[in-house]
Amino acid sequence: MTTNGKPKFAMYWAASCGGCEIAVLNTHEKILDVDANFDVVFWPVAMDAKYKDVEAMEDGSILLTLFNGGIRNDENEHLAKLLRQKSKIMVAFGSCACEGCIPGLANLSPVGDIVHTAYNTITTDNPNEIYPRTSYDVPEGELHIPTLAKVLRPLEQVVDVDYFMPGCPPESHQIAAVIDLVIKVVKGEAELPPKGAVIGAGDSTVCDECPRARNVKLIKEFTRIQDIAPVDPDLCLLEQGIPCNGPATRSGCMARCPGVGAQCIGCYGPAEGVMDYGARLITAFSSVIDATEPEEIDRILDGIPDPTGQVYRFNLAGSLLKANRDAWKVK
Amino acid sequence: MTDQFEPTIIGFTCNWCSYRASDLAGTARMKYAPNVRLIRLMCSGRLDPTFVLRALSEGADGVMITGCHPGECHYIEQNYKALRRFLLLRRVLTGLGIEPGRVKLVWASAAEGARFASETTTFVEEIRKLGPLNWGKDDDGPQTADDGKSSIVHGQEMEVPA
Repeated sequence: MTTNGKPKFAMYWAASCGGCEIAVLNTHEKILDVDANFDVVFWPVAMDAKYKDVEAMEDGSILLTLFNGGIRNDENEHLAKLLRQKSKIMVAFGSCACEGCIPGLANLSPVGDIVHTAYNTITTDNPNEIYPRTSYDVPEGELHIPTLAKVLRPLEQVVDVDYFMPGCPPESHQIAAVIDLVIKVVKGEAELPPKGAVIGAGDSTVCDECPRARNVKLIKEFTRIQDIAPVDPDLCLLEQGIPCNGPATRSGCMARCPGVGAQCIGCYGPAEGVMDYGARLITAFSSVIDATEPEEIDRILDGIPDPTGQVYRFNLAGSLLKANRDAWKVK
Repeated sequence: MTDQFEPTIIGFTCNWCSYRASDLAGTARMKYAPNVRLIRLMCSGRLDPTFVLRALSEGADGVMITGCHPGECHYIEQNYKALRRFLLLRRVLTGLGIEPGRVKLVWASAAEGARFASETTTFVEEIRKLGPLNWGKDDDGPQTADDGKSSIVHGQEMEVPA
């Protein structure tokens, strides 16, 4: 137990790449404000702490937990539940925790196939086909390694979440703004947004922040951005036949990708009011297709080689269907 | 009662043609499969693909979308929008592991009660062949990593060498 009177801060990564942690460190000197105003009690990537230290804490004693990563195995799930129990404010931090992100794309495959691919592809030197066991008896006792769940779940599907902070990763200036807000709340100078709110992002779409000109142009084919040379720097990418996820994606990134000539891939997740991200994109892409005959429409759609991955790249696990039939439940 | 699987189907009909086709089928006392629950939209162009995904996620085994014939839309060309969305949605559903045949698009004019009835009956039979969408199989619990590949992963011959 610390006695310096500062509120406690924790950050944890579950199934994620580590980019969220880097984004926090990317707030530069703002990170010193975290240290000045919080007592960092648990942050495996930045400091040494043991799970049992967290288990020993009083319930609700951590003020703020930034939880990034999806729930892929039983260790992730245990830590999510543990940190939920110990924290007053639980933030699903980053796309993986909010909506599954890239790790969620694995929900399209049975877990056995995933393990098989990881341990027995042509690029893996594993001639004896040795696979990890999730538990193993040794003289000292039973060893346990984290066991994969059938599907990856966003944090919200496992524990109660107070706030959602989208982005892959969240933009550093947005993180800094959220840290500032929490510090003000601690000092009694501001109030928290209502529970369940999306923080550190806009409430419109990427198109709203995109500087490119939009007309009503209809297209005769979809194409990959690398196959167009040169890309018109001022015209909407979708109108150039490049599948850009901007129309369905939440604003807040200042349209970084389309601003520099790359299509939006949707890392800020569904815009305000969008129930299913992929469905909204289906509508958006359909609206620029210039054809009325089914055969021609199909030919144009052939330009999107992986439509499911395209419209659910970040949102598969958080989508209405959660991508895996096993995961569907009758409400 | 028989043990025959009775699919639940949600039908989205447009106000101007296809809903009237279903009305005509009713007033003409045509017999057709009773499995479809109709939801009337002003136009098939109003059909947000979200409606279809929501229906499937909440227990429907199939979704039937109906609209006016091409060129006859009350709102000029919105049924073409429905067609484009339908074709893309079908591709996305295939990628998700859902049989594309679970979603069907039917054009029916207000005079085509018989066509509406027969298309509905045909679709119910098609869904019956596909069987129910399997709900509620997930127990949320962690699953062993060797799920589905147990002979490969956990076989005795796979002893980890020292």
